[in-house]
Amino acid sequence: MTVAKPLPHDSAALHVTGQARYVDDLPLPEGAVHLAFGTAPVAHGRLRSIDLTKVRAADGVLAVITAADLDHEIDVSPSPSPEPLLAGDTVQYVGQPVFLVIAESHLLARRAAALADYDIEELPAILSIEEAMEAGSRFEEGPRIYTRGDAAEAITTAPHSLTGSIEIGGQEHFYLEGQAAAALPQEAGDMLVYSSSQHPTEIQHKVAHALHLPMHAVRCEVRRMGGGFGGKESQGNSLAIACALAARLTGRPATMRYDRDDDMTITGKRHDFRIDYRVGFNGEGRIAGIEFLQLCRCGWSMDLSLPVADRAMLHADNAYFIPNMRVESHRLKTNTQSATAFRGFGGPQGMVGIERVLDHVAHAVRRDPLDVRRANYYRPLAGASGGDISEQAKTQTTHYHMPVEDFILHEMTERLVETSDYRARRAAVAEWNARNDVLKKGIALTPVKFGISFTLTHLNQAGALVHVYQDGSIHMNHGGTEMGQGLFQKVAQVAASRFGIGIERVKITATDTGKVPNTSATAASSGSDLNGMAVQAACDTIRERLAVFVAERAQARPEEVRFEGGKVLVGGEALSFDEVVRDAYMARVSLSSTGFYATPKIVWDRIKGEGRPFFYFAYGVAVTEVAIDTLTGENRILRTDILHDCGASLNPALDIGQIEGGYVQGAGWLTTEELVWDGKGRLRTHAPSTYKIPACSDRPDILNVALWDGANREETVYRSKAVGEPPLMLGISALMALSDAVASCGKAYPDLDAPATAEQVLRAVERVCT
Amino acid sequence: MESLSLTVNGKPVSAEVEGRTLLVQLLRETLGMTGTHVGCDTSQCGACLVHVNGDVVKACTMFAFEADGAEVTTIEGMADGDDLHPIQEAFRTHHGLQCGFCTPGMIMSAAALLKENPKPTEAEIRHHLEGNICRCTGYHNIVRAILAASGQPVPERTATATADA
Repeated sequence: MTVAKPLPHDSAALHVTGQARYVDDLPLPEGAVHLAFGTAPVAHGRLRSIDLTKVRAADGVLAVITAADLDHEIDVSPSPSPEPLLAGDTVQYVGQPVFLVIAESHLLARRAAALADYDIEELPAILSIEEAMEAGSRFEEGPRIYTRGDAAEAITTAPHSLTGSIEIGGQEHFYLEGQAAAALPQEAGDMLVYSSSQHPTEIQHKVAHALHLPMHAVRCEVRRMGGGFGGKESQGNSLAIACALAARLTGRPATMRYDRDDDMTITGKRHDFRIDYRVGFNGEGRIAGIEFLQLCRCGWSMDLSLPVADRAMLHADNAYFIPNMRVESHRLKTNTQSATAFRGFGGPQGMVGIERVLDHVAHAVRRDPLDVRRANYYRPLAGASGGDISEQAKTQTTHYHMPVEDFILHEMTERLVETSDYRARRAAVAEWNARNDVLKKGIALTPVKFGISFTLTHLNQAGALVHVYQDGSIHMNHGGTEMGQGLFQKVAQVAASRFGIGIERVKITATDTGKVPNTSATAASSGSDLNGMAVQAACDTIRERLAVFVAERAQARPEEVRFEGGKVLVGGEALSFDEVVRDAYMARVSLSSTGFYATPKIVWDRIKGEGRPFFYFAYGVAVTEVAIDTLTGENRILRTDILHDCGASLNPALDIGQIEGGYVQGAGWLTTEELVWDGKGRLRTHAPSTYKIPACSDRPDILNVALWDGANREETVYRSKAVGEPPLMLGISALMALSDAVASCGKAYPDLDAPATAEQVLRAVERVCT
Repeated sequence: MESLSLTVNGKPVSAEVEGRTLLVQLLRETLGMTGTHVGCDTSQCGACLVHVNGDVVKACTMFAFEADGAEVTTIEGMADGDDLHPIQEAFRTHHGLQCGFCTPGMIMSAAALLKENPKPTEAEIRHHLEGNICRCTGYHNIVRAILAASGQPVPERTATATADA
């Protein structure tokens, strides 16, 4: 069976030869126009007027469009709260698109876009979390609050309590391929759009709205993206719409790509947070209650901030049963880029909050943080080894009242402690630190429990379209998009397995709103869960028709028919798959089918904070060891050991790739990747020269990754588990290892903020030493 | 406009370009060879890496006319017909790619390294690749691929743990 084989990425041969095409590589018909946005130079202001004379007169400029030129307000927002394509009377952040230049080339469009003279009355800008809280600048009427038990009472009556706060910075996606789109005018006003987007249906919807067309008049195609990470869930809308408007206006194909500096200045990033906490616990570090205050900086527009902030609340427990918990979340509106989806979607920030609490509590009770973590884990499942059987029978619930029915972290942690030699290495680290004054080491093990499903329940659906041609070759299409994660290959492996044929017989095709409609974004790690099941359903429909057909000829029962090794086995006979297909065609059997899947069991009330938002949880554990230079704050990761749960993996090689890449991206977020805005709200880190993405020499010297080979207890596609986002949070172990290293310098708690840059580490060392 | 002639992947090419045209624009826009990618526009990410007279060059940091008379090799010139170059094959089989956008630059960079140093250590590979950013893989499989391409043993992965073991 093709499923579970470590096959290379479906486009690997094209990638290594440079033949794989991204949007900007598509050969466009003669005469394509190129676009660029002119962007706001101030963070907040009233746009009195704008003089575009020089822009219009610039070389190669064909047209310039402002908000006033549009026949209606064009909305690019993925949320119900509108976000104009071009700023109207007010500008709300530095980098907000104000006008659109249509020119003969990319360079000419960009040069012209820089020539506008703005007359802007500057207004006070709200930039920080603190300023937004003070001004009451927020989305939603007030904070969301999820509770279980009485946290205040539990904290008061606990033997010990402490308070703390952590600032967690945002993160730039830095997909290697920047945002890009192209639009080609079709007959009768229809529009064909190519977009580097995780959400073709939304591109279709938004372009249709902008052009006053029904959705059937717009088709969006996405073959691949050069990385997405959530940054192409909604942030590609503006480019696709701009291209469609320009294509309609000029009657010529239109294309647009953001230059990298523009991309980083215009588009949203991971939300930055401040998380305040108050926790009550006993002498062993067992937690009785926690109050979290999550302050989330959303930027100027709503975008996806509400579900992002919700997910941060939903991961405020991570792997721990906290009997009394209160999470209060504020979604703050600021004059900065509109923060957006980023791998983990709020989950990572919520998880850093609780891992910080565990680290702080362990420090207070002077125990190994690992032991405190394990003492607070959700209870082992009934039937698992150890513990009181009667106690185990009761499934514990999260603070949002969802039963945790698949908790495997006790076993996974035990295994990783063994394979990583955690105990001996912790002792060695202590010994090293006792002997060395300048270089200090730290080690930490942190777990991940990540909820799988879109929290907006209706998004948990997917469609597929499968054709079997007369020659037995197969054309496969589904609503998921390929951004490098290997989704297309995993789903093709499912299709090949259903028909018992080789993967080379399955043609993977571009995501196309004309083939599979009304799709959800490829997001929430759900790509293979949803689309794998939809493709399976489509294949099974065709397979069933073939089984009925051959069974009737062989006077056998359809359920006895097997599809294996390129053969169809029936009544003791082995027919070739191709022959069966040909005969079925001649006998007028339909060889094409759609497939559909809707995730079962999920119910969620986001206002009350009650229900089962997730179909299941994906788990992981990581141990990271670091070294710091206490004189400079310089630090590096020495070794990382990971054990991650992908259920029964559809493709272990691709899954391991997700885990390694996710870990490095997560560790980068929490250590080197620092976004800096100045006092005027200008992002000063808008290129890789100033924004430090992990390079090849930054990854750990030793990186051991293993898959936990247990099947998903829920009925997912071949009992696999989602893998896109969860491993990012394994990177939290790097932050906690740095905290451990700093803690060895003195008695006080390090209070390390994220990202723990060299400067942060140095400041923390100074705090701890004095 | 400037007239220039150069050799790209062994074939002679002539073009008329503006003086400010970058080598990467010549390759992508004039010659339609889009395997060389533009990642950061500012000579940092390495996605546009090509060889000019055997030297590694970020094609977004060189004017096209500076390549007048030069021999340029791009990712499209690495395979011998349908036979992949050993580095290409190693990146494919060792999963040294995900989204693939950095891959052409990584392969061109690796080829330059192996020419200078046919059996690099893991540390030398990592140091050499500092000018190439990959956002997907975490670099582990890229390093493994280059070790494999240089004919050196590739470290085994840890065995998969089993739930019931």
